[in-house]
Amino acid sequence: MSIVGTRVVRVEDGTLITKGGTYVEDLRHEALTGAVHATFVRSPVAHARITSIDTSEALQAPGVVAVYTAADIDLAPGQAGPVAQPWLADGVVRYVGEPVALVLTEQRYQLADAAELVDVDYDPLEAVASIDAALADETLLFPDLGSNVAQVTGGEFDEHAFDDCEVVVTETIVNQRVAPAPLEVRGAALAWGEDDRLTVWLSTQNPQLARTIIALGLGVGEERIRIVTPDVGGGFGAKIGSDPEPVVLGWAARRAGRPVRWTETRSENLTAMTHGRAQQNTVTIGGRRDGTVLAFRLEVVQDAGAYPRTLFLPTLTELMASGVYHFPRVETSSKGVVTNTTPISAYRGAGRPEATAAIERAMDLFAAEIGRDPAEVRRTNFIRPEEFPYQTPTGASYDTGEYAAALDRVLEAGGYHQLRAEQARRREAGEPVALGLGLAAYVEITGGDGGGESGRVDVNPDGSLTAYTGASPHGQGLGTSLMMLLSDQFGIPLERITVRHGDTDEVPTGVGTFGSRSLQLGGSAVRRAAETVIERARALAAEMLEASPDDVVLDTDRGAWHVRGAPSSATVGWADVAARAGDGELSEDVWYDEGTPTFPFGAHLAVVEVDTLTGKVVLRRIVALDDAGPVVNPLAFEGQRHGGLGQGAAQALLEVMSYDSDGNPTTATLADYSFISATELPDFELLHMATPTTRNALGVKGIGEAATIGSTPAVHNAVVDALAHLGVRHLDMPATPLRVWQAINDARKAD
Amino acid sequence: MIPAQFRYQRANTVEEALAALAEHGDEAKPLAGGHSLLPLMKLRLAAPEVLVDLAPLDELRFVRLDGDTVRIGALTRHHDLHGDGVLREHAPLLAHVAGEVGDQQVRHRGTIGGSLVHADPAADLAAALLACDGTLVARGPRGEREIPATEFFLGPFTTPLEPDELLTEVRLPRQTGRGWAFEKFTRRAIDWAIVGVAVCGQSVGLVNMAGTPLRASATERALASGAPIAEAAELAAEGTSPVDEPHATAEYRRHLARVLTARALEAAAA
Repeated sequence: MSIVGTRVVRVEDGTLITKGGTYVEDLRHEALTGAVHATFVRSPVAHARITSIDTSEALQAPGVVAVYTAADIDLAPGQAGPVAQPWLADGVVRYVGEPVALVLTEQRYQLADAAELVDVDYDPLEAVASIDAALADETLLFPDLGSNVAQVTGGEFDEHAFDDCEVVVTETIVNQRVAPAPLEVRGAALAWGEDDRLTVWLSTQNPQLARTIIALGLGVGEERIRIVTPDVGGGFGAKIGSDPEPVVLGWAARRAGRPVRWTETRSENLTAMTHGRAQQNTVTIGGRRDGTVLAFRLEVVQDAGAYPRTLFLPTLTELMASGVYHFPRVETSSKGVVTNTTPISAYRGAGRPEATAAIERAMDLFAAEIGRDPAEVRRTNFIRPEEFPYQTPTGASYDTGEYAAALDRVLEAGGYHQLRAEQARRREAGEPVALGLGLAAYVEITGGDGGGESGRVDVNPDGSLTAYTGASPHGQGLGTSLMMLLSDQFGIPLERITVRHGDTDEVPTGVGTFGSRSLQLGGSAVRRAAETVIERARALAAEMLEASPDDVVLDTDRGAWHVRGAPSSATVGWADVAARAGDGELSEDVWYDEGTPTFPFGAHLAVVEVDTLTGKVVLRRIVALDDAGPVVNPLAFEGQRHGGLGQGAAQALLEVMSYDSDGNPTTATLADYSFISATELPDFELLHMATPTTRNALGVKGIGEAATIGSTPAVHNAVVDALAHLGVRHLDMPATPLRVWQAINDARKAD
Repeated sequence: MIPAQFRYQRANTVEEALAALAEHGDEAKPLAGGHSLLPLMKLRLAAPEVLVDLAPLDELRFVRLDGDTVRIGALTRHHDLHGDGVLREHAPLLAHVAGEVGDQQVRHRGTIGGSLVHADPAADLAAALLACDGTLVARGPRGEREIPATEFFLGPFTTPLEPDELLTEVRLPRQTGRGWAFEKFTRRAIDWAIVGVAVCGQSVGLVNMAGTPLRASATERALASGAPIAEAAELAAEGTSPVDEPHATAEYRRHLARVLTARALEAAAA
């Protein structure tokens, strides 16, 4: 029986949950002997001119090795979209948390005392602390740009687009800013070697990309940079590549002539690591009273934060605008604006959750307006199975989907009709605790970046196997999945397979882990390499068995070759084949670039109870079907769904990174920033469906972000649904008790 | 997240602790469970020069019944209060509330005395003690004094304790026959209360409805004059001055106080 598709406990877990992983901060490496410790002095104000920086007192503090400011740095500034981003603030600060100076000390405990003594004078400027303030263009973050709008796409709408609609609904929906808050904050350790190469131990999702970014920043060739990822404690998109800090640290290590270690604090992480989401989306949806949608328009405004380095987010939202629906007319536009807030970057889903949230709220608004059940309206408009591959009006090419089947399975498993009856009963009885049902049907894009991935497989002399991947797992359990695939192909047990990744000297090419790409691209690369190695081994085994290659077969139960039809006769094991192989003959390194984007999909039903007297929402159930094609390891697959469901529900109910009108973050500690815990979550009810794709060697799609994408609008819709009978039509996320209570009051007043 | 430099001094007896506090005055801070003080120090919002560690003072860890008075050592941890048989029998409200503080980690380190002297208006135990007519016992160079809970909370993070005084004990009358309930309203289980209501008989203590914990006096008077619960609870926000915050406006807190008071009174009466 194949190990693929069985529940295998992740090989990564033993260490992680017993003695703990080895993260950047834990490293004990000879090259780091004598390292100095680093911290960044960060701006406490959102927008100001720096009138002076006095480092003299800090330089006298115990243990201080150096204090650097922009004036010291002789590197060309980095680029964030259309604007330059200085490595340390140069004359102006543009968000609370922007690095202003770098302090190096002999001992780590000396950092905070010394940093306090760096005396920076700020002359405050008006802060642009919201999308509306940015669009007003009264205060400009980058006067040379002439506007706070850093990017514009589309917007030439057909004024007759909704002319034939019986009903048109429009709403502006805030997809609020959230903090990634990975368990491991950012960190790096850096050492220049005698060979004039810089080794950077970095907490990143993409070592090879980080190498490119850091080399570019330092103005050196990539061959002079080596990136090594120790264990990485989560990234959620915010550890893609490298932030500016490691470039400054690499520069400082050279200038100070010492290795450097840096780990940010948790408080620092909440404002200095990039944030996610931060869109304001206006939806207009129109159609017939029978539930048919005829036209949909999505106008995206992306708050890009102070340095707009990730302007692909709003366009990815546009690409996925029409979701799982066959709409005759779809129009989109986007603007990316800069504000005096922490820069925005990828965060679990990165552009797709925003699209799904917009269309799924729009479908509920439309259904409510025509007085039809939201499940029925969705079913009326789904893309049908026979329409695949389906070319969307916005330019996506969906591979495979069974959207109606997914929704029906969820409705049945959830007891949707009984729940609706219970909801009606409570409303009839005037009970204070209302029941809300929320649906989301979603499709997303994985491996959407268009890049490839590397994979190498070596059969070792002892018959064991070593694989190298350009993917960079950091908590997902991808290593176990790759081992399972290899074990299945080679007949070699898991304990004799090693998967290596994350050292750019060992794996020089690779793209890394983001966008749920790693199994479909990294797994396919390893699959292709394995196929080549096995075919070479077949030839060798055939020689040893004195048979034609066509007549030998690999028994993957035993990991042995034998002549076809004679399994009990002579066999040749992997060590035997390896002994006969020439140097490198049983090693293959491939670059897999045949994969094209895949489109996982699913349906979620969320059930909430809302205390209409206090506004408190309790999430009672989530019934989720997430179809990402064939599953390699159901245990890891479900783990990704659990995490995704929790994170998605958290955005709907709890999480928001808030700023006051002066650009001061008001949720900058974990006491104020409400991440979700197990206590706030129900046991998840997971349904299984596996629709394969033909777009990669494994026929799989990505699961890393799917559940996050579906659960946010499902939970959000459930809260609004619970309040529908009170006249509430929409409220923005997160659905905090105060917001819910206010929405009820506002509806009552409007009535 | 590294505190400013401080000196660490370990007290092996209450007398040693008092001597250390007398020596260093307001430059010193006693350290109990550390769950309020240490975060403040790490954020550098507090920077005491001397920390007097009370950890060895087992003499301040007890719960006992003394006649009709329940006596609790100031260093008794929330977890121990929650599980204490004497407390559960004779002061069930306080035992219950101790189990609602923070999370498991906090309850295994935090102490009742530490919580009370910190005088955070959002603290659960302070309001519960108020509702229970508790008193607090302090020792200092001028001897021992007993302060009613109604006179202990002077303002946010402010108490009548002098820098050289140490809270040693908490006392409250046996709760015999008085119904009780605690309604804590939070977004997440581990959060501070947005509003909390502790009811003991016809006494009502409010969490986070002013700069100090306070009693819902108007509600109590209405109950005493025979008003039905619904009517009395409508008065719960009278005399309060809750803080106005983006995630919980003052108006919302007053509303919650009324709703939660009604629920707590109903539960206590049941």
